[in-house]
Amino acid sequence: MPSASATLHLPADWRDLFALTKPRVMTLVVFTGLCGLLAAPVTLHPVLAFTAVLCIALGAGGAAALNMWYEADLDAKMRRTEKRPLPAGRLDRQTALHFAIGLSAMSVILMDLATNHLAAGILLFSIFFYAVIYTVWLKRRTPQNIVIGGAAGAFPPLIGWVAATGRVELLPVLLFGLIFLWTPPHFWALSLFVRTDYAKAGVPMLPVVAGLDHTRLQVFLYTLPMVAAAVAPWPLALTGAIYGVTAAVGSAVFLVLAIAVWRNRATEPADMKPEKQLFAYSIAYLFILFGAVVADRWWFL
Amino acid sequence: MSSPRPEDEIVRSRQKSASRITAVLLIAFVILTFAITIAKLTVNQ
Repeated sequence: MPSASATLHLPADWRDLFALTKPRVMTLVVFTGLCGLLAAPVTLHPVLAFTAVLCIALGAGGAAALNMWYEADLDAKMRRTEKRPLPAGRLDRQTALHFAIGLSAMSVILMDLATNHLAAGILLFSIFFYAVIYTVWLKRRTPQNIVIGGAAGAFPPLIGWVAATGRVELLPVLLFGLIFLWTPPHFWALSLFVRTDYAKAGVPMLPVVAGLDHTRLQVFLYTLPMVAAAVAPWPLALTGAIYGVTAAVGSAVFLVLAIAVWRNRATEPADMKPEKQLFAYSIAYLFILFGAVVADRWWFL
Repeated sequence: MSSPRPEDEIVRSRQKSASRITAVLLIAFVILTFAITIAKLTVNQ
């Protein structure tokens, strides 16, 4: 268990509580959840749809806050995260924990009230998966932490779809698979050029444990099934050409960038341009593909 | 009479801000719960 990072007597500032929810990560989570909901063949009442997306955001925020609460000691050791509210000493741990649990509980209760038990159950499981399976169990123990932990971030489109339909179907499962397989190349590209931070904090990320070349190979290898999952909905007739062409072109660019990472032999972060390009592009890639799923569904409506 | 310490002012300002935010969130929660109930009734009709 991490030790308390600071003892404060000031009431919490709302900006620090907001920062606990990792708002930038939440953007992608909310977007993919919204796309899952909009891509479903059932149109939800606008109030219920708004609530479902709000609950996905609250759940993601609660899980992120639980993660920051538990990892305050690690965050204090890394330059990228040392200015977060807990390691910087601007917030006390108990307030952070109460906020995280409150947000998580509220998200699940509201989701159940507004949509259905299955969507609320998957939301609850995704929070548990991120906070316990990934943060507490995997992250400090295995270099495969990102691979299995990636499932936590893959749930939102499935939750959105289930909130609308009440059922789990093939398209949202493939979208789940897409994010699940996208997570390793995305995070390993990042971890290649911030590996010294992870090494300093003692987190067994792949570049720290297995070296740069092995990580680059893994980035390329994981890109292959990710491309297959991205393109699959089109030949399976689950989407139309708008998504199909976007996925094919977008995935081809991803593959080219992954090959560039694989071939790179740089050891200094300053020379890791392909890794930085892949990391930046991978975020845009997910936004574009999920946008295309919705465009496809509404175009052929 | 001595003037309040800067720390006390920060504490008071944060307490005030926390009270306002809590009030807004509670009102929003009540409105949302009411809207969900009405939406569910509409959908089930």
